Amino acid sequence: MNLRVKATVAAGALIASAGGAWADCGIESGSVRILSNDFPALSAVNTRAAECASGTVEVTANQTTEHRNIQVPALSANPATYTVAVIATSSIVPLLSDDLVRPLDGYIEKWGDQLLDSQKIVIDGKTMAIAFMANAQHLYYREDVLAEHGIEVPQTYDELFAAAEKLQQAGWEYPLSSNFMPGWNLAAEFINLYLGTGNRFFEPGSANLAIDNEDGLAVLETMKKMTEYMSPDYITYDSNAQTPIWEAGEVALSIAWGSRAGNYIGADAPDRAIADSTAFAAAPTLGDSTTPTAALWWDGFTIAKNISDEDAEASFRAMMHGIAPEVLEGNMDKAVWLIDGFVPTRAADGVMANLKGKAKPYPMLPYIGLLHVALGDNLSEYLQGNESAEQALADVKAAYTTAATEAGFLN
Amino acid sequence: MPHKTFLAFIWPSLLAMILFIALPIVSVGYQSLFIEHEQILIESETCGPFGCDTEVSVDAAAMAELREAQPAGRFTGLGTYTNASHLAFDEIGEIFATSENFGEIRNRIMNLPFYKALIFTLAYTFIVTPLVIILGFAIALVVNSIPRLLKGPVIFFSLLPMLVTPLVGSLVLYWMIDSRGIIGAALQALFSDPTLSLKASPTLTWITLFVYGVWHSAPFAFVVFYAGLQTVPQDTLESAMVDGASRWERVRFVIVPYLMPLATFIALMQLMDNFRVFEPIIGFSAAASATSLSYLIYNDLRASESPLFGSAAATSLLTILGVIILLLPVLRRNWREFNRKT
Amino acid sequence: MSNLRDKKPPSLVALSTGFVLVWLVIAAFPFLWTMWGSFKVEADFFSRADWMNAITGPVTERQHGSPFTGAGYEGAWVEQEFWRAVVNTAIVTFSVVVISLTLGTLGGYALARSGFKYTFWLLMAALVFRAMPHVTLVSGYLLPFFQLNIWGYLPTTIIVLVAINQPFTLWMLHSFFLSIPKDLDEAAMVDGCTRFQAFRLAIIPVMWPGVVTTGLFSFLLAYNDFTVTSMLLTQENATMIPKINSFLGSTQEEGKVMYAVAAVVSAIVPLFVLILFFQRQIVSGLTAGAVKG
Repeated sequence: MNLRVKATVAAGALIASAGGAWADCGIESGSVRILSNDFPALSAVNTRAAECASGTVEVTANQTTEHRNIQVPALSANPATYTVAVIATSSIVPLLSDDLVRPLDGYIEKWGDQLLDSQKIVIDGKTMAIAFMANAQHLYYREDVLAEHGIEVPQTYDELFAAAEKLQQAGWEYPLSSNFMPGWNLAAEFINLYLGTGNRFFEPGSANLAIDNEDGLAVLETMKKMTEYMSPDYITYDSNAQTPIWEAGEVALSIAWGSRAGNYIGADAPDRAIADSTAFAAAPTLGDSTTPTAALWWDGFTIAKNISDEDAEASFRAMMHGIAPEVLEGNMDKAVWLIDGFVPTRAADGVMANLKGKAKPYPMLPYIGLLHVALGDNLSEYLQGNESAEQALADVKAAYTTAATEAGFLN
Repeated sequence: MPHKTFLAFIWPSLLAMILFIALPIVSVGYQSLFIEHEQILIESETCGPFGCDTEVSVDAAAMAELREAQPAGRFTGLGTYTNASHLAFDEIGEIFATSENFGEIRNRIMNLPFYKALIFTLAYTFIVTPLVIILGFAIALVVNSIPRLLKGPVIFFSLLPMLVTPLVGSLVLYWMIDSRGIIGAALQALFSDPTLSLKASPTLTWITLFVYGVWHSAPFAFVVFYAGLQTVPQDTLESAMVDGASRWERVRFVIVPYLMPLATFIALMQLMDNFRVFEPIIGFSAAASATSLSYLIYNDLRASESPLFGSAAATSLLTILGVIILLLPVLRRNWREFNRKT
Repeated sequence: MSNLRDKKPPSLVALSTGFVLVWLVIAAFPFLWTMWGSFKVEADFFSRADWMNAITGPVTERQHGSPFTGAGYEGAWVEQEFWRAVVNTAIVTFSVVVISLTLGTLGGYALARSGFKYTFWLLMAALVFRAMPHVTLVSGYLLPFFQLNIWGYLPTTIIVLVAINQPFTLWMLHSFFLSIPKDLDEAAMVDGCTRFQAFRLAIIPVMWPGVVTTGLFSFLLAYNDFTVTSMLLTQENATMIPKINSFLGSTQEEGKVMYAVAAVVSAIVPLFVLILFFQRQIVSGLTAGAVKG
């Protein structure tokens, strides 16, 4: 039943390559099957990888937002349904834990000259993935509004609150917005802030949770203070909900994802004046710390273990073609690329500032996903004023401990 | 009907259900009795685009051996069912032992994820189901009496709440109830309260979800009742008229009893569907104020990269158990009817 | 029922007409609003400045020179190739309805006519099956489907949807068959028909109200399903709902909400035409075969 679509690209998004010239990727034969998330920067990479298709090389891609839910079963099958899994900082973890991806050092030695050392995700001496994009949340601000009220670009949360206070007194009802929707978004905000304190999430070398400390409480208090400057609907804000509010000029300060920055200032923005005065800076720091309160994320690819060596080789070489520096042409503004030759555009200002400020990466721990879920479910009651910060942290700990016990990380 | 003929008629249907529902339920039940093997962790240097750090990772090779020996994991019996994320027996015991008054007991129990979800699920089920049945019946009665020519369009428009996919239906409605949207703004004007936000207040969020539930499901009850009305025996109605029964009496004593089996059927399906309420919670971004059992399952399976199958399995079986308890009265009725029939 | 309606007092007519109108507004307004708004740009339809913009469309006029634009439709159908999803949905829904009804009428008939105790327990089991949350079922399918290499194809999804829908179909058709008098098919059997011939000759002609109604719900289930189709189909085989979902955006990508709105409207309008065209068949399908007790 396996439909073999030789030398054609099945996925709709990849049809574009049909008109282009076939590239000579030097692959003799094999099958390249890519599973990835669905957004423009990845389409650009997949489209280039598809140029490697020939009479003997098959390249297909399945771009879906459900990728992380199907990747583990898809790569567990033997042979694996996909040869390449495009992953991010968090979604590589289950592939590593279940031993579903292969080390890439041998391939890098032969065909990986184009790679920067920083692109290699090395675990215990073995390169398990190749990163090619970065993402993080950072500060969005309205240059014109801040200038009008004589406010410097906030670099710390104290400055952010002072700025918001000033704007509020000047008649901005709710000057601030952030992704506070319970679930994944709210937890991401907590993790951003907590990373900025420099404290540890877990006791060293174990899965025991360690966030019920002063820093944990300080983070919660900061989040609560943010809600004072946000519309009461903040409890429903995610990236999609925030954008129109910004574009309507209702907020002047926002913590949002770098991957969305390009849209805010792009040619399609509905209000030119707002788009042109939108600027980006590093995420503010918290307390005495000088680390931006942002988790850095990368996107990259892995090669499945349960496939033939021939397919693995073809896949690696096709992906090398996919993320070759030429992919930057015309796609420079689609992402913060980690590829050699990337020249940051204005949309990349915020993420680059985070990098410069030495923000921390999102922890690549096998049990961080469980903590992320526990945080997402248990903080909104505190923010809405229905329980204490201590109780919220205790609830997080209880939920995390139960989940981590079931997953075998705790006893 | 002899057993053999019965089987000849039903086997394709039975086979599909056994393969795709019964077997998965058995495997889910089995899975819920186990938890993952104790993870063997190793510390190693991890490097990436943002620098190097010593991080913990799972020793995949050692874990593979453990799974080889015992694929399902470690046996815990009903441990998952009674843990803090589900029935929380220990926590409830502790709450009763240390709380001072009923209010505190209630608040602390409501803070446990399972019970919080259960309360909303039950409220949704018991409020939406009867309203759907009543509204559906009323629409069916009225539509049945309009001129034939108009029936087609009216039926179509009545079906729209079901036809528009909840994904986008809730998106548009969600926008309309925003304080800047048409319904939200209308409500603000109606109650002359410019701070009224259907999204921020838990109570209003609940009401929004209930209203959406009734709106979305009423067409289902309507169509079933409408089809049923077509089969109401005319001579019974006519003889009731001859006996001088008023319009209301005819509805009350002829139509309602006649449609009772259909009402039972709708109640069964609606109780079940409403007990599994999920999509509106996502569609209306209501998770801060309302969670349901299905939401908990979804959260276990999808929220994290590493799904908690055992936990989701336990909640799923508890959901089934809940449905069975809910349906018991209806089922007993069916059982009596069944015995009368045979 | 015409003779009954003739005697209706005017107050009741007014009341029921009013009720129908109110109901129609409640039922159809969000859709009509969406349909109107699908010809606007996002900044108008989802305007934060004034909801009246969704009606008048000032931003649309500024950007496209007219208060109406087909940009959403063009984006969904031409740029995003929404028609592929429509074709897939047509295949899936048609197959699911036909297979569900075929299996369901046979099974439902058997359940309605067999007097043994196990039919009751079978119906109960079907109810329990139906109580199982779909998301749990689908997560369980993934690994075996990948191992058997049947994941991602339309037939697999069709069979899964049929199976998931079977308990409901069985229950519903079983109820309808119960309302058809036993004498009908038993008389045929006395005349020498086998059970199947009796079913074909005596029951099939009168079962259409039940089948049409059940078919409608099978159709809606397959047509509106997201849980199953989003997890079991590849991008190229995606049906409409997952496709529309992909227009809504994510952390990485801003949603093309107007594409989604246009896609929803263009998915429903054909249904409207279909229903208007076949309204006589549908209404008489619901009406005809009314069993004279």
